[in-house]
This record gives sequence, structure tokens and C-alpha cells, in this order.
Amino acid sequence: MGYTLTRSEFDQVLEGLSEKYRLYAPVLKKGQGRFTDTDVVIYDFVYSSSEIEFEKKSDYSFKEILTPLSQTLFFFTENVIKEADIDDSEAVVFLRSCDMHALKRLDQIYLHNGSHVDSFYKKIRDKLHFVLIGCTSSFQDCFCVSMGTNRTEDGYLFSVNYVDGHYDVDLKDASLEELFADSGAAAGDVTAAYVTENEVEVHVPEEIPNSVIGSDLWKEYDKRCVACGRCNLVCPTCSCFTMQDAYYTDNGKVGERRRVGASCMIDGYSTVAGGGEYRKKHGERMRFKTLHKISDFRKRYGYDMCVGCGRCDDVCPEYISFSNIINKVDAAVKEGES
Amino acid sequence: MIRDYDMKDYKRNAFRQSKHRGEIASRVRVPGGRIDAESLMRVVEIAEKYGDGTVNLTNRQGFEIPHIRIEDRDKVNEELQLIIENTGVNQGEPGEGYPASGTRNVVACPGQDLCPFGCYDTKELAQKIDKMIFPNNHHVKIACTGCSNDCAHVRLNDFGIIGQTEPQYDPNRCIGCEQCVKYCSKRSVGALSVVNGKIVRDTNKCIGCGVCVNYCPTRAWTRSKEHYFRLELMGRTGKKNPRLGEDFLKWADEESICKIIKNTYDYLDAYLDMAAVESKEHIGYIIDRTGVEEYLKYAMKDVELGPKCEMAGRIYWGGKRYDQTNELRKSMFRFSDREE
Repeated sequence: MGYTLTRSEFDQVLEGLSEKYRLYAPVLKKGQGRFTDTDVVIYDFVYSSSEIEFEKKSDYSFKEILTPLSQTLFFFTENVIKEADIDDSEAVVFLRSCDMHALKRLDQIYLHNGSHVDSFYKKIRDKLHFVLIGCTSSFQDCFCVSMGTNRTEDGYLFSVNYVDGHYDVDLKDASLEELFADSGAAAGDVTAAYVTENEVEVHVPEEIPNSVIGSDLWKEYDKRCVACGRCNLVCPTCSCFTMQDAYYTDNGKVGERRRVGASCMIDGYSTVAGGGEYRKKHGERMRFKTLHKISDFRKRYGYDMCVGCGRCDDVCPEYISFSNIINKVDAAVKEGES
Repeated sequence: MIRDYDMKDYKRNAFRQSKHRGEIASRVRVPGGRIDAESLMRVVEIAEKYGDGTVNLTNRQGFEIPHIRIEDRDKVNEELQLIIENTGVNQGEPGEGYPASGTRNVVACPGQDLCPFGCYDTKELAQKIDKMIFPNNHHVKIACTGCSNDCAHVRLNDFGIIGQTEPQYDPNRCIGCEQCVKYCSKRSVGALSVVNGKIVRDTNKCIGCGVCVNYCPTRAWTRSKEHYFRLELMGRTGKKNPRLGEDFLKWADEESICKIIKNTYDYLDAYLDMAAVESKEHIGYIIDRTGVEEYLKYAMKDVELGPKCEMAGRIYWGGKRYDQTNELRKSMFRFSDREE
């Protein structure tokens, strides 16, 4: 069922949704960018369409609702442990096709990865519903078409294309029909917008031999990469975390266990007891990350981890392009074949 | 031809008297050191038409077009009109060049326009201050720098304006990667430490350089909405007592800084020694004479500092005192002993 909505009609729909759901969407945060008086697009809870950033790629992904950057899991004191409360009201997440595909990867890691289900993840995940933001054009550094993530057919309540100040909705969830009808929205023929080509194209080799590990191509990043880990933290599929046990300073018998985001590019990730560090060189870290995204994950689950959103390229302070690394790996594999 | 020229009038008109008899140099004012291409072309044209085809870049981000014949002043002034209009510098009569030269060009580092560390638009503030104080013949030097790196060397000015940002911390976005701690320690003052996986900022030590914000990979650190400023007072070069400016305010607001600068001109009107050579004195030397308290009576008039602002309790300047001694051999560490 398709609708075309004006801003006020769309706001009325959002208002209706808000009664039941928290709305989680990309928001342009004024002045909160890295540099003075620059902005950043980060996910946050919203109430109206004017708060949602429909025209820019979000710098950070939706994953922060599912895998918070810092999450207290439980509190402990002496013999008692209490799990931390979470907001367990239902939420609707606005996201683009690449991120819908990223969701599948996160689910894979946290829910369908061997016999264990991550209960902390599941508790949040079970409360989430999704709205697909249609892409009317490709953004800088996107390579979703190459990764096959440019299109999403299902798994969402409705899709919305923001075009010329109005909102074109393709409603999938019949239970919301009344809400849309009440808003006075005009019926129309709408399908979710998606891009069919990106400026950036990559070719992921079908088989990546282990010999690539020893390739010289990684050496360049020993110097170029500064190991800041921004690529991991903006990545919608990076799911690594580490644990922190904090003992409160005024009473060491009380404390909390947190899990916080971790990055395979940042110092400390491969440090083990006794101080050993397995991937000291930044080029080695780059190799590890790259092969996880386009080889190792696939060996286990049958599809690539990287969704081609290009956020890692957008954020890298050293202008290192991950899409270019994929193509370098491809070239190295081809060279090895010949 | 009789050569009878009022050189004081030339100087006030921003022409330097040259050591070459019959020649002057035109000093082009460029507030903040940012000039449009059209004006730059005009500088070139003047140099080619009236000078010898060369242009000096001045220490204070202006231009000096040398080897101009003294009698070409009016023609050069006419040509300068375009630059004066494009740079937005205050003027008396159009076509008559710059109306004053005592207050020096306001210098600015690239600032937030280009620099990742710049905490405010230095060029814009330099231009705003220029509009506020110019034309004026009092000898005052002002410089704006975007952050505590002080690339504009503002501590060598009467007023050194250094940008600050107050880092805002969101512990919920912090993963404890400690890059802020590392870079604050390596590139700044080491004001951050880790307590229970989260970051604690020593608010007294923090200089507001924004390095933590720049290196934070998650936006746990962001910049304050307000732009803050550190104000350094009465630095100078020179023969007698060169010295760095001293801290006067930190976490100050732009309006207060502008007011203090403007008020300083009233102080100069009151205390400038008219018997000084060419009636010109560095403000610092006047303050040395009247005492800081007297200066502050003028400077702080109607200034309402914000709630975050801290003011120095006392200010003592150091520096070299060549008027007292220029002795190197009797200094404490006598390297020259080896020769004796």
C-alpha cells in the first residue's frame, strides 16, 4: 500500500507511532562534529520528522541501540548481582538498506553464532521494528551495489522516500493502515527507492587464499594507519566488545560490569595476559579487519560481513579507503593466480 | 622641483619613509591576513606601476610595496581604494588611502576555517576587531590564534587572543580506548586520567585546546557550544624589555575581550607620554609606569565576565631587562669559564 504524505501528515503518523514506540533515527547534531562548528549525524530518539536527517548518510550507524558503546550489564555487591534495567519499550529504527543488511550480520553474530544466544542483545533486539529509508541517490564512498546490499525487500514496517519535501511511503505492515489513512495521506504508487549504481565499485574475490596474508599490500598501512579505530566504531557490522569491571571508588565492595565497544585497530585489542600483543603493526591490524569483513566471516556464514556503506572511508583521518583495499586484495589474488 | 613633504602625514597615511631619498613604501592593511584575489592583483599592479615590481610580505600579514616615488602617493592611494573597500577597512575620505597606521594590522592564524584544531573563526574576529579599533594612531598590537598551539605567536602582542573549547564528556559514548588520555599527554598538557574505565578531566589543568575532541573516535568528547578565549596581556619584542604576554583571563567571552581592547584606547588617551619619541609608546611600558591596577580601572570598565571566566589575581611580567644588564659572562651558568 503506497502513500504520499506532506510533512504535517508524516508528523501525524510519527506522533501516532510514538504512542506505542520510541523512534530511533539519524539526527544531525549541530556543533557536535569533531571540528569547531561542524555537525555530525548520530542516531538518537526523535518525535517528529524535522528531527530526522533524511538527506545525509549518518556518520555513525544504528547499531548503537543494539550494541551500546557502553552498556552496564549488571551491578554487583558482595553476594548479590542485579542485572541492569533496560528500557524495554518497543522501538522503531529508521535505517537505510545497507544497515538493514548490517542488522542481519549483527543478528548472526549475537543470536545465530553457535549454541549461545547473547541475552543482553536479544532483550533489546526483540523490541525493535524497522522503517526503511529509501536511497534516492548514492552518497560519497558508498559501494552497496557491489556488496549486494543496495536493496531490501522485507523486514520493515514501511519504507519512506524523502523526495522534494514530501514523504513517499510503501506500507508493509497492515496494522498501520489505519494510522496512515487517518493522517489524510494520499494513496499512491510507491516502492522503496534504491540505488542501482555507486561511483565506487569493488570486486570481492570469490576465494581468498591464505597467501594474501603474507602479501606486501598490508605494509603500506604500517605507516599510513594511525590505529584510531574510527573505521570500526562507525561500521554497522563491527560487533566486538570488551569488558570493564568498575569497583566504585568510595566503596570497593560495590560495582558494575560493563561491556564497551572494542576495535581491532586500536592498541590493546590483541594484548594478552603477560603483555604479549599479536598484531602490533597497523598493517597487520588492517589485514585482520579486512579479511574478517570479506573472507573469514563468509567462510563461516556464507556471505560477506561488509555491507559497503563506506562510513569507514568517510571517517578515516588518513584518507585510507577500505573499498580500495578490497580492490587491492582482488588484484593481489588475481596476480597470484596468473 | 622643490621637495617639501610632511613625512608625519605620510606615515599616518600608512607610507613608510624609506632610507632611499625620494622613496616611500605603501603598507597595505590585511586584517586577519586574508585577502581576496582581486585585491591581491591590485597589490601586484601597484608594485609594477609605481614600485620596482617587488612586494614585501610583512611580519603582521600585510603587504609593503617598496620603492614608490614620494610624489606618486596620491595615485597610489587612488589605486589602494579597491583594496580598502574589499578588505572592509574603515576609512575617512575615499581615495585618500589609509587614515592611520599606529594600530597595527590584526594578525590571525588560519583558525577554524582550515585548521582542525582551530577553536573559533580567527579571521572573522580579526576583521571585527579591526573594524572596532581602526583608524587609530596608538601603537597597539593584537593577534588572534585558534588554539593553545599559538601558531600566530600572540604572546608577542599587547593582546593575544587564544581560542578555547570546553570539552563536553558523554560517558555513555565512551569505550575507554584512552586515545584522549594519550594525545592530551603527548600533544597537550596531560589533563586527563582514567578512573574505572571512564575519563576524568582535571578542570584546572585543562587548557581547552580540544585535542581530546579531535582524537575521540566515538564523539564521547564534543566541543562546548560557547567559544571561549584566553587573553594574554602585554607581550612585546623590542630593545629594552622583550617579554611574553602573561595570562590575564581564561574561559572569557568574545564580547568582554573586545570591550577590554576598546577600553584600552581610553587608557592610552589618558596616560600616553606625549613627550615620547614620535608620541609613541608601547602600552606595556605605560602600564609599567602606572601600575596594572590603574590600567585595569580603564580596561575593565563595563566589562561583565561570564560565569566560567577566571581572571588572574596578580600579573607580573618577566622577560629580558637589557636596560639593566646585557652581561652574558657573569650569568649564572658560566660556559665562558672554560675559556678563562
